[in-house]
Amino acid sequence: MYRNLKVNSAWFALGLLLLSSGLQADKNHLLVQSTTSTANSGLYDYLIPLFEDSNNIKVNVVAVGTGQAIRNARNCDADVLLVHAKLAEEQFVDDGFGLERFNLMYNDFVVVGPKNDPAKISETNTLIDMMKNIVDAKALFASRGDNSGTHKKEIALWKHAQIDVQSNSRQWYRSTGSGMGATINTAIGLGAYTLTDRASWISFKNKQDYIVLYEDDPLLFNQYGVILVNPAKCPSVNAKAGQQFIDWLLSAETQQIIAQFTVNNTQLFYPNAQ
Amino acid sequence: MQESAIGLAFGLILRGDANLLEIMGLSLRVSLSAVCLSLVLGLSAGAALATTEFRGRALATIAVNALMSMPPVVVGLLVYLALSRSGPLGWLGLLYTPTAMIIAQTILITPLIAALSRQVIEDLYIEYKDQFLSLQLSTAQQIKALLWDARYSLLTVALAGLGRSLSEVGAVIIVGGNIEHLTRVMTTAIALETSKGDLGLALALGILLLGLALLVNAILSGLNLTAKRQAYA
Repeated sequence: MYRNLKVNSAWFALGLLLLSSGLQADKNHLLVQSTTSTANSGLYDYLIPLFEDSNNIKVNVVAVGTGQAIRNARNCDADVLLVHAKLAEEQFVDDGFGLERFNLMYNDFVVVGPKNDPAKISETNTLIDMMKNIVDAKALFASRGDNSGTHKKEIALWKHAQIDVQSNSRQWYRSTGSGMGATINTAIGLGAYTLTDRASWISFKNKQDYIVLYEDDPLLFNQYGVILVNPAKCPSVNAKAGQQFIDWLLSAETQQIIAQFTVNNTQLFYPNAQ
Repeated sequence: MQESAIGLAFGLILRGDANLLEIMGLSLRVSLSAVCLSLVLGLSAGAALATTEFRGRALATIAVNALMSMPPVVVGLLVYLALSRSGPLGWLGLLYTPTAMIIAQTILITPLIAALSRQVIEDLYIEYKDQFLSLQLSTAQQIKALLWDARYSLLTVALAGLGRSLSEVGAVIIVGGNIEHLTRVMTTAIALETSKGDLGLALALGILLLGLALLVNAILSGLNLTAKRQAYA
């Protein structure tokens, strides 16, 4: 038994050793809860090393849908929130979870679909006509359905067109309940239309025969905002480093750098902090 | 696409891509740690269930067997709620660290180890029971003898646990956050590349994960064979 105990405790010690090696206690860490488009397009890979090198602060990014990012930040699991759903962001600040919301940059949403465009939405000129075409053609539409920024936008657009999608959810409206990339993959599999932010679309690599069919509508504006989580509400917040990061993002110099970021020779984000 | 994925997989390995090695290393570290912890907890529970008589033993066995079906996402969610800054263990500051991933996977794998080892040990116990009685061994001595004699079968149990932990994504993506250079492992990287539509790279990473599993299994089986040869030589 003693030998058994020894072997057992050796195993356990080994486990604990490996476990403790995961622990970290470093004040120079910053946790950012972010929307996926900024991460998946490669913007952070381009931008964040510049900040890390000049400030000696390590930035850790958790990229999830805007809805989940805000929920995580409400649980104090973030120092900085970088998302794209202005109303929800203002609510976050009003509820005391965020200090102040700043415009960071913008781009726009686009509707993508199969090249043959069964609902002929590329021939429409207004958002309402475009959406009515999809309904009338009973063409499939894939929705994020995950409370993300893009999903919130999509719901607002259907509401604007006075179309009740819930009652159609079994017919042509398909709620995937997944992230942007997974929803585009599903839409392509179904032959469905879907709404996506332009950055996610341009950097998406499995487009197959899908193209942008409806764009350049002021209603499809997509604003990104950045917020420091309120240290009074969440004492664990690294407010100093967080504020430093936000100041850096909003500075004229960094805004210029954001404007220079391209994928496939296309600018993805348009800075508008000033 | 399949062919290009295989080419890509070999290219990544041959180049010794630093990011890739880091991700593979973390996958191994997290999974092996979780398996070590689960073996201690799971084998103890399995041996206790197999060799002791108590009221509700049948129910406990059913419960442990059922826990093998625990969805990783649910485990991830529970661990997230516990480790979140607003949760009871938030003060530890463990969320979004490899430690959180190890904790989640340990919770996920322990029932698997316990349930499988219970069956293995119980089968052997039935065989040995009379001998144990005649030798008048204590419970501790019995369990020691059972674990030792069942060690080859138990290695397979451990490998089943390792397989589950290396392949699961639902729990580690919630509690780890898939943070680059910190908590990104093979499975979360595959999920990320799939969501970027880079299916070739996702598939290549999948091939490499399978290769990693093959390597670990081969090493452990090799050790096992050597041990067997020495034991029966």
